[in-house]
Amino acid sequence: MNELLKIENLHANVGEKEILKGLNLEIKKGETHVIMGPNGSGKSTLANVILNNPVYTKTAGNIEFEGENINNLKTDEIARKGIFMSFQSPEEIPGISVMNFLKYAKNKTTGQPVKVFQFKEEIAKNMEELKMNASYINRNLNVGFSGGEKKKTEILQMLTLQPKLAILDETDSGLDVDAIRIVSKGIKMFSNENNATLIITHGTKILKELDVDYVHILVNGQIVTTKGGELAKEIEENGYAQYIS
Amino acid sequence: MKTDIEEINRNIYDIKNKDEYDFKIKKGLTKEIIEEISKQKNDPEWMREIRLKALETYNKLELPTWGPDLSELNMDDIATYVRPKTKMTDNWDDVPDDIKNTFDRLGIPEAEKRSLAGVGAQYDSEVVYHSMKKELLEQGVIYTDMESAVRDYPEIVKEHFMKCVPMSNHKFVALHAAVWSGGSFVYVPKGVKVEIPLQSYFRLNSPESGQFEHTLIIVEEGASLHFIEGCSAPKYNKVNLHAGCVELYVKDNAYLRYSTIENWSKNMMNLNTKRAIVGKNAQIDWVSGSFGSHISMLYPMSVLNGEGAKTEYTGISFAGKNQNLDTGFKVIHNAPNTSSVVNSKSISKNGGICTYRALTKINENAKGSKCSVSCESLMLDDISRSDTIPVNDIRNDDIEFSHEAKIGKISDKTIFYLMSRGISEEDAKAMIVRGFAYPISKELPVEYAVEMNNLINLELEGSIG
Repeated sequence: MNELLKIENLHANVGEKEILKGLNLEIKKGETHVIMGPNGSGKSTLANVILNNPVYTKTAGNIEFEGENINNLKTDEIARKGIFMSFQSPEEIPGISVMNFLKYAKNKTTGQPVKVFQFKEEIAKNMEELKMNASYINRNLNVGFSGGEKKKTEILQMLTLQPKLAILDETDSGLDVDAIRIVSKGIKMFSNENNATLIITHGTKILKELDVDYVHILVNGQIVTTKGGELAKEIEENGYAQYIS
Repeated sequence: MKTDIEEINRNIYDIKNKDEYDFKIKKGLTKEIIEEISKQKNDPEWMREIRLKALETYNKLELPTWGPDLSELNMDDIATYVRPKTKMTDNWDDVPDDIKNTFDRLGIPEAEKRSLAGVGAQYDSEVVYHSMKKELLEQGVIYTDMESAVRDYPEIVKEHFMKCVPMSNHKFVALHAAVWSGGSFVYVPKGVKVEIPLQSYFRLNSPESGQFEHTLIIVEEGASLHFIEGCSAPKYNKVNLHAGCVELYVKDNAYLRYSTIENWSKNMMNLNTKRAIVGKNAQIDWVSGSFGSHISMLYPMSVLNGEGAKTEYTGISFAGKNQNLDTGFKVIHNAPNTSSVVNSKSISKNGGICTYRALTKINENAKGSKCSVSCESLMLDDISRSDTIPVNDIRNDDIEFSHEAKIGKISDKTIFYLMSRGISEEDAKAMIVRGFAYPISKELPVEYAVEMNNLINLELEGSIG
């Protein structure tokens, strides 16, 4: 089965306010999707609702993952099904090193013991690719990291946990050109025909080196247009004006 | 079900031995009882007089009118002296099996082999084991039980005993001076640096009894020491009392680090008094972890008497159901250019109460002194409580003073972040609490840091509603 994520008529609120207003989205294995849209259109809400962040309430619609309804699963259960989210502002977790956290999370998501030696080698290799200083592996997770290092650490987590679907929520925001290039390199390293990526972004720089299959424009809680990668270029030039009625 | 979990949680601490003893004084507090304790302990006359005077003082003093309610404590129900069925030894093999097994389970002999320069172990009212590495002995370091110190070093003890903490300080100090038994005496001669810690472990096995150990440490000029104390007891249904007293003398240019991990059972009233007098350019650092007890009132105090004296207090307390932990730190800046740094954290859950109560006094003469206080509290649910009650008495302008207090709950954002990595809510909370405690746990000796993390995990098990 190629179908990974299928969202039908999704409505979601934060408090009394409706943010998602009948959203539909399908993602298959091997695909790279991009969601763009003006501020407040519901992009980050979508990522959070897929992972069932309790801040949001789903009021209607369905989210299926590999054919299974995941509407009512808890966040950790959804993560164990193979969905990963890279956070816009990753949390700082004192008291646990990056290495120990990766080991712990790998063990929790797979339910398998981690083969330590091989695991460490793989992480060291990935850190090198992401141009991360090796000393970060022993630092407390995200504590005192710069914005760029936090985002790279999110990508490192993605590469380590090997989810089936990676959702990147504004991973490129606030990054300089070099850091954006490294992040998109990480996404390229991750992507293969058995997984998929959903990139939520404001900008188009991150997309330059990626093979994007679909770009969706999200306006006012609904996807109003879906096209191929060329749509991103068009948005960069003309903005969202034509999609806002 | 909940109760079962909590019982299992404390596993190694809760294994109680039969209440066997060589001698147990009858319950209560009378002149006859004090005389009898004094006789049983072969006190010299001067010590007998101190005890009797202390009893008079005790009878005159009132219970504190602030802090946790102590009305559950009835001295008529407490036996103040319980002598275990053994004599003190420096050879583990000579310690009776049931007592030895208790300390084995707590990892004491293992820790001695691995990372300590000396160990003392007290069981009920008496020290049953004491030993120290030969090198320290050769350097003139003394580490022994208090009774031996009274016998062998009467002049030093007389000069210092109940002088740092006067018996009139409060009712339970007076009680302590009247019935004290056991504890440790350490003397580090001038210039001697004790590189590896000494550790005393206090275990109260006997029900409806009290432990009143006295710790007296003198670190002479330019010398240094790290002293660790650990305490635990199995749980009984009736109240047990701990009213120890710690007197520390840190002379000019000396350094002392005093670490405590207290894991008393949850029927314990822990009314302990600790104080250090600190000389010129000397430093006392307190590291304190309070996990156990039903009620604790514990406020270590540093008296910075010498110019340039320093103190740091690093403390954490963790209060669960039926626990009221009233802890804090007192400092008196009594000389120019002295400094104090406080870093206190507390965690409360299941209706537990944590209070940080502090006194900072900066005298007229303490020009150029610095004091910085940071208190953080974490409440794991809506029924638990946390409070910060600082009293600042500052009597000169030429100082730097900062106080920062934060009371918070576990962030839902952080829980969501961790859960998005496949970590369950319960594990996520434990990870956050460990992270909160981390700045303190990293200051603890490594075995204790591990023990503290285990305690946090166990305490949080099944606590997610």
